[in-house]
Amino acid sequence: MDGVTAAGVRARARIVARGDGRGGTALPVLDGAGPLALRRVRARGDEARVMVVGAMSGPLGGDHLRLRAEVAEGARLHVGSAAATIALPGQHKGEARYDVELDVAGGAELNWLPEQLISADGSDLRVRTRAELAPGARLVLREEQVLGRAGEEPGRLTSRLTVRLAGRTLLDQELSCGPGAPGGWDGPAVLGGHRSLGQLIVVRPEFAEAPPAARSLGECAALMPLAGPAVLVSALAPDALRLRRLLDEALALLG
Amino acid sequence: MTRAALLVLADGRFPAGGHAHSGGAEAAVKAGRISSAADLEDFCRGRLHTAGLVAGALAAAAVLGLEPRELDAAADARTPSPALRATARRLGRQLLRAARTCWPCEELDLLAREFPKGAHQPVVLGLAARAAGLEPADAAHCAVYESVSGPATAAVRLLSLDPFDATGVLARLAPELDRVVDRAVAAARSVPDDGVDALPAGSGPLLEAGAEWHAAWPVRLFAS
Repeated sequence: MDGVTAAGVRARARIVARGDGRGGTALPVLDGAGPLALRRVRARGDEARVMVVGAMSGPLGGDHLRLRAEVAEGARLHVGSAAATIALPGQHKGEARYDVELDVAGGAELNWLPEQLISADGSDLRVRTRAELAPGARLVLREEQVLGRAGEEPGRLTSRLTVRLAGRTLLDQELSCGPGAPGGWDGPAVLGGHRSLGQLIVVRPEFAEAPPAARSLGECAALMPLAGPAVLVSALAPDALRLRRLLDEALALLG
Repeated sequence: MTRAALLVLADGRFPAGGHAHSGGAEAAVKAGRISSAADLEDFCRGRLHTAGLVAGALAAAAVLGLEPRELDAAADARTPSPALRATARRLGRQLLRAARTCWPCEELDLLAREFPKGAHQPVVLGLAARAAGLEPADAAHCAVYESVSGPATAAVRLLSLDPFDATGVLARLAPELDRVVDRAVAAARSVPDDGVDALPAGSGPLLEAGAEWHAAWPVRLFAS
């Protein structure tokens, strides 16, 4: 039921990657929809690369976007986006929803590295990201949220991120901020006035034997081994540029 | 049940080691984010709606008799900071030792055998409340109150804050505590149908990063 309805845009996009039998990665399914246009870009080695291109503005209030990526055994997929996603208020009442579902098979690898999500004044967006990994899967997943465009108050943003490995939940985290969010969201226990926040999750089978040590990256960021073969880098920064630098440096620390 | 059992369990002097922990307040004070009673209130409110709500729901779920191992794994997934996971287990172990003496029962003995290094404190708290004949809402009240009383008490020592002001913060938060308890219990009651994913997962990025920062200091007043 993709399309523009009275309540907002409904769109479901899907990517399937699998080994092409010659050491590379094929993309048998690359179905964009509505605002989520998908472009295959030049592969890097055996890794197929896809760019999500925003074909319409949004998500706007009332929209419901779904993006699903499946990476089959032996495939390597990199997904980026051409620009930041901006949540905007729409003509339709109610929140917008953006659901991301990632499914990675054993021996497969997904690098999910979109640009920032910007929560504009007056917007109301609920993001749900679920990554389901089979034993032996590899994942790098980055999420960055920017609260408000330059000099602007943020909209309402609720973002929940769940990463499961072999049916076991490695990480389940929700952050709710902006007008109407539970109290204290901008206070000294949660965001402390920061307007850019990011999470970087890295899952690698070899972390089961040799987990990276926890590392404080100052009082606003840390590299944290989870209870499983994965680490989370969580960071707050004054702006998107410094946030990206922090996350890039943390990823480099993992080698 | 006996209502007074709730007072025994919730008493700040209950010998479960909580007094040695600031609930992240020490890191926030050093970072300059708490310097007044108003900051403390903002800190406590943020902790209440994130870690407090999660702890309350876990405790309520444990009273309902949900599988402790599943709840403990859910607590792990909601606690990315290894320093905070270690703290939660240490506090869980200390609480279990006290609870087994106060309300001896097979269920608590089993928990001790299953988690020799300690289970997450809210899970133990829920099982202790269950052993004492208390209700899910009682355990959630305990957990949710602890999520703000720890930082408030610590702030008095860290900032030489007027104890009347610190207690005033807790009193002002009381109606909000009740609402968080209601949400926590409702979430716990939906776990049998919807699984542990139905438990809240609110997080405070500064609580997590602050805990790792704090754990790296050579000298600290509080253990966490």
